[in-house]
Amino acid sequence: MRRALRAVVLGGALHFKQESRNPFFLWIVICTPLVYATMAYFLFRGGQDDATLVTASLGSALMGIWSLTTTAAASTLGRQRRVGILELLVAAPTPFWLTIVPITLALAALGVYSLATGLIYVTVLFGVPVTIANPFAFCVSVLPMILSMGMLGFLFCAAFVRFRSSWMVGNLFEFPVWTLSGMLIPIAVLPVWVEPISWFVAPTWGMSALREAALGNASPWDDIGMCIALSVVYAAAGGALLRVFLRSALRRGTLALS
Amino acid sequence: MAPVIEALDLHRTYKTTTGTFRRRSLEVEAVRGVSFEIGEGELFGLLGPNGAGKTTTIKMLITLLIPTAGSARVLGRDVVDHAMWVRQRIGYVFGGDRGLYERLSAWDNLRYFAELYGVEPRRQKARLEELLDLVGLRGRERERVEGYSRGMRQRLHIARGLLHDPPVLFLDEPTLGVDPVGARELRAMISSLKDAGKTVLLTTHYMFEADTLCDRIAVVARGRIVAEGTPRELKASVASGSVVEVEVYGIEDDAVERLRSIEGVTAVTVEPRDHAQVVIVQAAPGHEPAQEVLARLDGVSVGRVSSREPTLEDAYVALVTDAPATQ
Ligand SMILES: Nc1ncnc2c1ncn2[C@@H]1O[C@H](COP(=O)(O)OP(=O)(O)OP(=O)(O)O)[C@@H](O)[C@H]1O
Ligand SMILES: [Mg+2]
Repeated sequence: MRRALRAVVLGGALHFKQESRNPFFLWIVICTPLVYATMAYFLFRGGQDDATLVTASLGSALMGIWSLTTTAAASTLGRQRRVGILELLVAAPTPFWLTIVPITLALAALGVYSLATGLIYVTVLFGVPVTIANPFAFCVSVLPMILSMGMLGFLFCAAFVRFRSSWMVGNLFEFPVWTLSGMLIPIAVLPVWVEPISWFVAPTWGMSALREAALGNASPWDDIGMCIALSVVYAAAGGALLRVFLRSALRRGTLALS
Repeated sequence: MAPVIEALDLHRTYKTTTGTFRRRSLEVEAVRGVSFEIGEGELFGLLGPNGAGKTTTIKMLITLLIPTAGSARVLGRDVVDHAMWVRQRIGYVFGGDRGLYERLSAWDNLRYFAELYGVEPRRQKARLEELLDLVGLRGRERERVEGYSRGMRQRLHIARGLLHDPPVLFLDEPTLGVDPVGARELRAMISSLKDAGKTVLLTTHYMFEADTLCDRIAVVARGRIVAEGTPRELKASVASGSVVEVEVYGIEDDAVERLRSIEGVTAVTVEPRDHAQVVIVQAAPGHEPAQEVLARLDGVSVGRVSSREPTLEDAYVALVTDAPATQ
């Protein structure tokens, strides 16, 4: 248990360091929120009440986080496969999932930069400062948000290990996740049958916790609980999938490209 | 004593696809029935041409590839059924400049793998320093790997493979692309690993390296072992017959064919050397082809002629060029 935790924390720090030196990824986290926030601005030009403002800024920031997590996780894993690191990670006597989880967590954490750009940019764009009603709860909510994005990314990563071209699928999931978790537009606007699906998307609860902490009209704590619980389920499911997919990669010899 | 590494009739096929629009699936038989045993403290060499299946064999032994058929044991345990157990006890180093976190320092790279290999946190710092000293990277460990030279990367790989002080080591072309002085140092290091009692499986394309380092060698060609023995035995297997080297200036293919047809000649190879070429003619025991060779080179401008005892490289060339006959 201690070792597992150490492996995740150290691995997370290592990948955070490695990937935060990647100019392309930095570009994604800093620029995507600008694009999304601009889109949101034109979508909701009419309603300029506080709630819309907060939702739009948070949403654009979280979209940035999720974009980074999917595209970067796929490209990071692809690169590690090409340069032979993936093999070295498998060859090490640490359960493989403990070496993959830190990658997606680090990328989700790197995405927090976009929270800053998102908030600042929306403030400038709408010309109204975003006020956070419950700063403590807001800061705390960022962590389960990262966790949920990281674990959702991990679930996809299990597929990357087995299916080399699944990075495309990763990109395809960029949009559904934004929509389902209410980052782009409020879930209430979507068809009714969408809402139950969104309950199973962990970032929905993270988004909702952040919004409530920012607006201060409901308690974010039960959302945080749901977010963590779902993340744990994702982790378990991802771990199980990864086991199967890794075995299949060892059978098919697709772990390395050379 | 039970062998430390055991390969039992290992087979491995890869499925690949060809073509862009009309995709056809293709089966490559990379390894087709490889068996060998390596005893404790032995340094065993795997030689063979490109694509012979050496890396594939190693990957099956280090649990990165599941054999299509056959089995393998390391330290007495099956590599498929006890993968984790085996991983804890083996080190793997491959040649080339890949396999490192480029944007991180050597220290960060080693630190992470120390953690993954379960080196006790309290011991990590001392162990890393020890290894950096051993591979001669001390003082450069805080620089990013992307700025490292080929040789420095290779040293870093070796340090990584030794982190957990494994009793069994797999070195896949560890001196690939390292300069002569660096390669000599690496060989000294490999030889000291053997002195420390480690069991080592080594692949290389440098014959003198295999000759000086290995206790025993297996020559692999097209997925099969075509010869196995000590370097001396391998040399002897093509030996007694001598090797004639003739320096020539411009030789046609049909002249080479004429040499091949000389009675007792087992292999003829042509190598460029400086501004000339050298024709190397190997003969079976009891044959002295020098006279006949010169006679058949009539019309070709000939330089120095020498006759010598076969080297491991000669043995290797003879074995590998013979290989189609053994299929
Ligand atoms: N992942 C893979 N997918 C498909 N074919 C592969 C794969 N890896 C190796 N092969 C094929 O298997 C054969 C053996 O390759 P292998 O890498 O084991 O050779 P090698 O003896 O290590 O050669 P070299 O001396 O060039 O390193 C080659 O024909 C190669 O093309
Ligand atoms: Mg190879």
